[in-house]
Amino acid sequence: MLEFHWQAILILLPFAGAAGCFLWPQRAVPLGLFVASGIVICVIGAGWQLAELGTQRYAVGGWGAPLGIDLYTDGLSLLMLAVTALAGLGISIYSSGYFSHERARYFWPLWMFLWTALNALFLSADIFNLYVTLELLGLAAVALVALAGGADALSGAMRYLLVSLLGSLAYLLGVALLYHGFGSVDIAILAQRVEPSPVVWAAAGLMSAGLLLKTALFPLHFWLPPAHASAPAPVSALLSALVVKASFYILARLWLEIFPFAGPGPALLMGLLGAAAVLWGGVQALRQTRLKMLIAYSTVAQTGYLFLAFPLASVTGWTAALYMLLSHAAAKTAMFMAAGNILYFGGHDRIADLDRIVQRLPLTITAFALAGVSIMGLPPSGGFIAKWMLLEAAIRSGQWWWVGILIVGGLLSAAWAFKVIGYAFTRSEAPHDTRKIPVVMEWSALLMAMLAILLGLFAPWPLALMEIGSPFDREGSG
Amino acid sequence: MSWSATLPLLVLASSLLPGLVIFFLPEERVATRTILNLSGAVLKLVLVGVMIRGVYHGYHYETSLALLPGLDLVLRADPLSLLFVVLSSVLWLVTTVYAIGYLEGSPNRSRFFGFFSLCVTATIGVALAGNLITFLLFYELLTLATYPLIVHRGTEEARRAGRTYLFYTVGGGALLLIGTVWLYAIANTLEFTARGFLSGLDDTCHPALVIIFVLLIAGLGVKAALIPLHGWLPQAMIAPAPVSALLHAVAVVKAGAFGIMRVIHDVYGIQFAAGLGVLLPLAVVAAATIIYGSMRALFQDDLKRRLAFSTVSQVSYIVLGTAVAGPVATIGGLIHLVHQGVMKITLFFCAGNLAETLGIHKISEMNGVGQRMPWTMAAFTIGAFGMIGVPPLAGFVSKWYLGLGALDAGQEWVVYVLAGSGLLNAAYFLPILYAAWFKPPAASWPSESSSGRCETAWTLLVPPMVTAVLTLGMGLLASAPFSLLEWARFITSLEYAP
Repeated sequence: MLEFHWQAILILLPFAGAAGCFLWPQRAVPLGLFVASGIVICVIGAGWQLAELGTQRYAVGGWGAPLGIDLYTDGLSLLMLAVTALAGLGISIYSSGYFSHERARYFWPLWMFLWTALNALFLSADIFNLYVTLELLGLAAVALVALAGGADALSGAMRYLLVSLLGSLAYLLGVALLYHGFGSVDIAILAQRVEPSPVVWAAAGLMSAGLLLKTALFPLHFWLPPAHASAPAPVSALLSALVVKASFYILARLWLEIFPFAGPGPALLMGLLGAAAVLWGGVQALRQTRLKMLIAYSTVAQTGYLFLAFPLASVTGWTAALYMLLSHAAAKTAMFMAAGNILYFGGHDRIADLDRIVQRLPLTITAFALAGVSIMGLPPSGGFIAKWMLLEAAIRSGQWWWVGILIVGGLLSAAWAFKVIGYAFTRSEAPHDTRKIPVVMEWSALLMAMLAILLGLFAPWPLALMEIGSPFDREGSG
Repeated sequence: MSWSATLPLLVLASSLLPGLVIFFLPEERVATRTILNLSGAVLKLVLVGVMIRGVYHGYHYETSLALLPGLDLVLRADPLSLLFVVLSSVLWLVTTVYAIGYLEGSPNRSRFFGFFSLCVTATIGVALAGNLITFLLFYELLTLATYPLIVHRGTEEARRAGRTYLFYTVGGGALLLIGTVWLYAIANTLEFTARGFLSGLDDTCHPALVIIFVLLIAGLGVKAALIPLHGWLPQAMIAPAPVSALLHAVAVVKAGAFGIMRVIHDVYGIQFAAGLGVLLPLAVVAAATIIYGSMRALFQDDLKRRLAFSTVSQVSYIVLGTAVAGPVATIGGLIHLVHQGVMKITLFFCAGNLAETLGIHKISEMNGVGQRMPWTMAAFTIGAFGMIGVPPLAGFVSKWYLGLGALDAGQEWVVYVLAGSGLLNAAYFLPILYAAWFKPPAASWPSESSSGRCETAWTLLVPPMVTAVLTLGMGLLASAPFSLLEWARFITSLEYAP
């Protein structure tokens, strides 16, 4: 089993699932759940293989780079695969209760297809494949946003489509420049060949700009809140937890491996934009009157934290940011699920009228509160571990200004989270029209939130896993 | 897993597990909930007893879990932590009995007792924390677990108090976090060590260590209600009486004061901190808090608010004792940690009884209440005399050691502060006692509820009686073998080794 090609299965399984769900819509739910569990097992297998044998490279069809397509796994890609598998399993279980039959027949094939694109993206060893998977991912995501129907969803989806295409296009231009300059698209080969030159700088700028747009880094975040808030709850969850993280992953790969010579200037710029995102997203979240918009703005803020990895790269910045990514994925999935439950149960998500709903959904508000604890970075939670590591990195490298950003960002999150949680304790007598909620929806939200909390108690494992193949050490050696 | 590693976990679990189960209990399962609550509390006491016996015989109880590479979550029983553990677990049992009686028939009791148990779990965690990051973790957990109790009644006023509480405590937690990370970056360890772990550091670190000290004390001072960080405490009075007892005596302010003690004893070391010159300013802040709290208490007509300002003042005795660098004063601070808890919880229980039985909330309504509720008021009187520092009650012993310690350390001014505060305490407690015992009762009480044969329900009456007897006993038997004072001397001897 140790020699088994788990990577190939990780792509083929959801792809087969997508086809199956499309062909047999009546069987879509059990099929989807089967595939989701299968992927979790495959990721465990891949992780075991990685821990035993080190990084893995698999040439599809026996044609290696530069001619064929390579699949490459190291600690970083494994982490992303694991995040996707865990959040994906939770989202699949949640969706099995959420969608009506009519919507389910569209949701499942698209979701499986999106999962295929995600897994392929995290396994890609060359920048052109990254482009292809990124494009597939964008298309699947846009279709899922439009799934809610209605004018809001359609305009959100349309805007998302345009942004997504623009971002991929900029990235593709960068790929073309690099291929023209160095004759390869393989990351490992480029890492050896690329030297600083105006063309390389242009490529780096184009690729980064495109990816920043797709990651929704401030000030390029304008498209995210409407798209994420108007989508159905499971879709919002997978967009916030997984899709924006995919473009961040590509950015991390590029900067760590191909452009490690970029130096402190661009890194500082990234950090400053991230800091602005933390503050702006936090303030905007506090100002929202609709719960889903609030959570969407919080994603803008939390994405900002990830970019603090760039200026803090010389210390433990990358591991800290990736731990943030991991715990945010769990917490944000739980939060969107909780918001989905509230919408499903009470028919609206106006924050000022939440009291009548949340008091009758104790499990849901507990999920929201636990996820909130992780997002505001209070212990014990994954968010706390990540924040501690970022703070430590900032202090050890003498970059004090990031400390202020981290603390203020946490306080802003605490402010909006408690604003919502406070409604659980008011007394409201007014009756409310409600719709009975499937048990799986409440429990999957709670379990995802508990995962975010547990990540605060078992941090050494994921941290050790990420380091396999030391993806973060190439900084400075290039 | 060995017994010595399991015991600290069991002590935590004895309140955590009942709490988690209670969350899922339907509202009407009163008997199950009561049994869970009480058996958890009794079990915890038994386990703590075993632990004390073990520590006395030289066993080492410690359990740890890797939190981050190089940083562990450590629970450890040392003499100082046991002091706080004993206080919390004894008072938890008493408060649980009281809360069961107090909340009889009110809504959302499962939620209440669930968070109540979480709160005590967090407090025990604070007490047993073996390093600063573990302390921080449970300290923040305590904030989170207390919030639902403060807003329990769900009125607009309660929610406002909850918001104020969070505003102060989350802000304080952030300061504590910065201080802790910074300290770790400098010292590369956070392990509590008798006489501190910082004295070996290079002199160039000292300015940073002073700033870190300020950050840590500010973060802890929020919960210990040092001025100007005390604003949340009087507002939180809106919560039900058992919660006030919990805030003032068992958990929250105590966690703050205990944290200050930990930082000075086991992070900086008393002598090193005195050398840095940070203890005198802290003593001045504590003295100012003592006087300010008493002054404010003087002008409150609401009984619980008067008691709240009295807490602001009394908790700073603990801080003052710790900040006056001398072994005798340290003993005074340590024993006042326990004494203040026992005395203040008596007063709050009594205030709760008056409110619950007769609807009395204001001091101006208390005329002649001693005739209607003699037992309650007798307990109140003992508590109040203890606070004033009348011998032979517990409060006297604390003040004696604090005063003596200050003279010992050559800081006479502290004695004047203590004397002034004693006078102020008398000025705000004696009129209450006079009104209750000697003024003629009003024609009718604000809202009297029938209460059976005794003056009120026995679950409400027994807890204050027990704590009043404890107040008396801890004063009378202060020098007996195995007493609190002995234990405090033992702790102090560890901190001031030659």
